[in-house]
Amino acid sequence: MDLFIAIFTGTIIAATPLIFAALGELVVEKSGVLNLGIEGMMLVGAAFAFWGVIAGLPMPLAILAGALAGAASSLLFGVLALTFLTNQYAAGLALAIFGSGLSAFIGRGFGSAPIDALDAIHLPVLSDIPLVGPLLLRFDPLVYLALFMFAVISWFLYRTKAGLVLRTIGESPETAHAIGFPVIKIRYLAVLFGGLMAGLGGAYLSVAYTPLWVENMTAGRGWIALALVVFATWRPLRVLLGAWLFGGMTILQLQGQALGLGVPSELLSALPYAATIVVLVIISQNRQMLALHFPASLAKPFRPAN
Amino acid sequence: MTPRLELRNICKTYPGVVANDDISMSIAPGEIHAVLGENGAGKSTLMKIIYGAAQADSGTIHCDGQLVETHNPASSRALGIEMVYQHFALFESVTVVENIALSVSSEFHLESLASQITELSQRYGMPIDPYRRVHDLSVGERQRVEIVRCLLQAPKLLILDEPTSVLTPQAVVKLFETLRQLAAEGCSILYISHKLDEVQELCDSATVLRNGRVTGTARPRESTSVELARMMVGSDLPEMRLNPSNPSPEPVLDVRGLSAPPKDRYGIGLKDISFCVHGGEIVGLAGVSGNGQAELISLLSGERLHPQADTIRINGRPVGRLDAAGRRRIGTAFVPEERLGRGAVPPHALWENAILTGHRKGLVRNGLVNRPKAREFAGSIIERFNVKANGPGASAQSLSGGNLQKFIVGREIELAPKLFLVAQPTWGVDVGAAAFLRQTLIDLSRAGAAVLVVSEELDELFEICDRLLVICQGQVSAPLHTAETDREEVGLLMTRLGGQGSDKRSGELALQD
Repeated sequence: MDLFIAIFTGTIIAATPLIFAALGELVVEKSGVLNLGIEGMMLVGAAFAFWGVIAGLPMPLAILAGALAGAASSLLFGVLALTFLTNQYAAGLALAIFGSGLSAFIGRGFGSAPIDALDAIHLPVLSDIPLVGPLLLRFDPLVYLALFMFAVISWFLYRTKAGLVLRTIGESPETAHAIGFPVIKIRYLAVLFGGLMAGLGGAYLSVAYTPLWVENMTAGRGWIALALVVFATWRPLRVLLGAWLFGGMTILQLQGQALGLGVPSELLSALPYAATIVVLVIISQNRQMLALHFPASLAKPFRPAN
Repeated sequence: MTPRLELRNICKTYPGVVANDDISMSIAPGEIHAVLGENGAGKSTLMKIIYGAAQADSGTIHCDGQLVETHNPASSRALGIEMVYQHFALFESVTVVENIALSVSSEFHLESLASQITELSQRYGMPIDPYRRVHDLSVGERQRVEIVRCLLQAPKLLILDEPTSVLTPQAVVKLFETLRQLAAEGCSILYISHKLDEVQELCDSATVLRNGRVTGTARPRESTSVELARMMVGSDLPEMRLNPSNPSPEPVLDVRGLSAPPKDRYGIGLKDISFCVHGGEIVGLAGVSGNGQAELISLLSGERLHPQADTIRINGRPVGRLDAAGRRRIGTAFVPEERLGRGAVPPHALWENAILTGHRKGLVRNGLVNRPKAREFAGSIIERFNVKANGPGASAQSLSGGNLQKFIVGREIELAPKLFLVAQPTWGVDVGAAAFLRQTLIDLSRAGAAVLVVSEELDELFEICDRLLVICQGQVSAPLHTAETDREEVGLLMTRLGGQGSDKRSGELALQD
């Protein structure tokens, strides 16, 4: 039973940074913009949040610093891609590389000492209920925030007019502009939101998941987040499930390594990445569903004609 | 009575073009008023000015007697002016009600809006389900959505820009009923078109434009087509020269027992089709669109292959498994229905587009493009086929529909094809260019080529074809000699083919848009 609880909670925790980053990217892509720079934004978020803790900021402010740093770095992409209409693939890749370099530079002074991780919540009485308590009510606040963001984004995209406008801009910015919506402004907001969420995901890694600084500590999660959005066919619930799948595989392979299976640990470490992509490829085979949710103007530069 | 809308001396100049020159007109409440003119006559510019999407250089607009001062689409809507564009502004991935919610100013409450849409669409006999995705709607249904969107605003003036160019004849009848009902309720309608028969059927009055000027006003029901056409074109249309055909003894295109499964779940399967086209004759394929024309033409052009090579023969040679390039090499030329994207690459220059099929004419040597020669080739097409374009360097998308079609047809004819396949040759093309294109097809066939024309316009087919085939539900009728048949017989075949009595339902299905 303890093993089950460990695997379950480990899965939820390992999935959290991905949920933040992938849901943020989902909103960006739904507006028709492809930001490949998630890995870079996550690293910048991780570095700034870690710096916040070392500098003695209270934990919430440190995490906020990470999120804002992610948003600020996304602005770099926004200016290139939305104002100067550069190729979005190139601008996103540039941001990924830039973020990796910048975070390594900032992290030079961090040393290798661990910090005090973000505390889990402890509700009086409730968290002590057998099974339910350890399974559901003893996570740190960011785990709950991630789930809350999932609910908010699903509601926003499919239940509000602003969400409808965002989706239609992703389909045809020309038509949206003709009706009178400020396409560029809305896309900027989406990109900034994506940066904020990627920054949060990065912050979670460095102050909660593994509370110590390692260069390139995201280890490709930014790219997995990107793949998640595509293979989840741009639907929030599938992003959530995909993130949990990745988290589950991560924990299982760690358990597998601990049990000393006769498989090289490098291969086991690759398992979550491979398994997530394989499963998502299989469930995204329905081309019609894909066509309905795919933002048709994805990665196409748009400038309103006068 | 105060006119609903009055234009006084509207002028609009674009660099190098006078789009509107001193245009005045007025429309009474409840009047259906046509604006007739060829492509490029200035109709669309004038509508943009009325709707406020473009500003006139001089002249005034009065609405219900009041001078309209500040003018943009939003203020037009406030005045009760609504416009249905030729190319719809709908988002495919969301539902009908969501689309409409985006452009109406009322509160965002989908349930109440949906019931409004249902109620309104029922009242005007254009039922639409507000919760369907636009993606799944036919073109006719999409147009209903656009019209309902306008009607929700209770317009006083409704502008329709070429509304029937994408509709089946049955959907047109339906649309006209709706428009008459609207007009009876006092809404004025501005109807832009170049189709004379429609204007004569629907409109109370007409203003005819040519080269940006008003060349006449008319009561269409009391005028003849010839008079209206003269005002539009500026001269009498050339008489069609149609010599008797002299078919070759052996067929050029010979189709025997061709069956094929549908391409996708919306497609139509072909069932045991046999016909032939001889050199020197024009054969027309009539039918309501979506009855297998697209499947048949793609099998004939070689875009889609058939496992049995001998179901299709060109000059006796089995070609079912020969691809499009191979069929072109043995003398086939093909003009598809979609000019932009399939017949031509929109952003590329005309000379580049000329190379796409003209490369056999020595435009490419050792894999390198001979630019001067390609430009010369494109220039000769422009000249010979009277294409209005800014030289061989103009991009394909900068041409009007009719001019691009002339260029594409010209490009194929310059290759001296033995078999010429053409789909919807005059779709969206103005009268003058259409007459020219038809004459070109006739001349080509009389010079010995076999010509197969796929068209939805019966008038056109009766005008130029020697024999007619009718396609319905993937089956093709026995050939009819044009001289020995009439519209009624063809019309029946268009809906009833493929069975007696029991298949009546499929005939009705074929009628739906």
